[in-house]
Amino acid sequence: MAKSIAHEFTKGLWEEIPPFRLVLGLCPTLAVTKTVENGIGMGVATTFVLVFSNILVSALRKLIPSKVRIACFIIIIATFVTVVELLMQAYAYKLFMKLGIFIPLIVVNCIVLGRAEAFASKNGIVASTADGLGIGIGFTLSLSALGTVREILGSGSLTIWGDLAFHNILGASFQPFSFMVQAPGAFICLGLMLCLMNLVGSK
Amino acid sequence: MNEMVKMVVVLTILSCVSGGSLAFLRQNTAQQIEYQQLKFVKGPAIMSILKGISNNPIEDRFKIKDGDIERSFYVGVVDGQAKYVAFESSGGGFGGPVGLMIGVDLTNDKILGVGVTTHSETPGVGARAKTDPDFVAQFSGLPFKGQFKVTADGGQIDALSGATVTSRGVCAGVTAAIKVYERLKDQIKEKAQAFK
Repeated sequence: MAKSIAHEFTKGLWEEIPPFRLVLGLCPTLAVTKTVENGIGMGVATTFVLVFSNILVSALRKLIPSKVRIACFIIIIATFVTVVELLMQAYAYKLFMKLGIFIPLIVVNCIVLGRAEAFASKNGIVASTADGLGIGIGFTLSLSALGTVREILGSGSLTIWGDLAFHNILGASFQPFSFMVQAPGAFICLGLMLCLMNLVGSK
Repeated sequence: MNEMVKMVVVLTILSCVSGGSLAFLRQNTAQQIEYQQLKFVKGPAIMSILKGISNNPIEDRFKIKDGDIERSFYVGVVDGQAKYVAFESSGGGFGGPVGLMIGVDLTNDKILGVGVTTHSETPGVGARAKTDPDFVAQFSGLPFKGQFKVTADGGQIDALSGATVTSRGVCAGVTAAIKVYERLKDQIKEKAQAFK
């Protein structure tokens, strides 16, 4: 059993890493990864929602009638998203201003509902927690990786968190491609990373 | 039938618990959220208007009931004395209301500065009310009384070229603020003295 729980956790980090392997949750992936900071913020917020909605869905899975399960899952998810939104407004307002509309949109992120429906509603609490945490961390890592590439190429800087930032890391003469911080840059970046992962994975 | 009852009961209970806990959280974070909004949205405007103060006007604020609405006033302390006060007003612009932050020197009733906070004016035209410091600087140092008008209407403020409607809106907002100030002056001065 212990081995399988470890597996539930680690599968989210590579085997089923959300935006690359499952190709789910692309809306926030493409929209907020202009900077690393945004990627991390979005990833942490989504992980929080994932873990707690997985726990609750798993705990209530025997009580929820199957015909209204999606409605019940959405109520649970929406509750945690609102919790995140309120907490972020109260304690990380700068990040909230940057992520804006994408925080409430976590409700419709298919990763969260997908995990609730495909995993948490069929498995125990511990396994569901591990699953949520693994997928969440995988999502955070993916967004940060995408954010790193896009921020370095698109604005020539790297913002880890708040004031902890590196400027002109590619030298002062580097001309940032503004293309990378726009939507097409996100698509191309995501496509190339997916391609690279498949290349490594297929060997 | 039994299944249907169960569905209704489960959904109702879940919604109630969710609503209840969110209401609880909202109540507990409301103050902190208000503070954050002041700090990041209105804060920059307040700080640019109240110059040379030694306190934090976002923390040193008070509210006064004005008819049905409650107005917030931000106090600026100089040399241990509450000398300035800033508050919000608005006037009708071209694309909607133009939100203003107005700083007043309590010792001589003169305008310390005016800043545009929120607006939906045309970028590059009316939006210059916010970005062009020369426009709002015209108000600084003028007596905070009477009525403000653009020069085209026989007033004392040069309108932004091409954005007369916005400029009128700003003047109307300042004029509205004067009325508020005259109405609440005694209360403002009394309450501001509490901050040192």
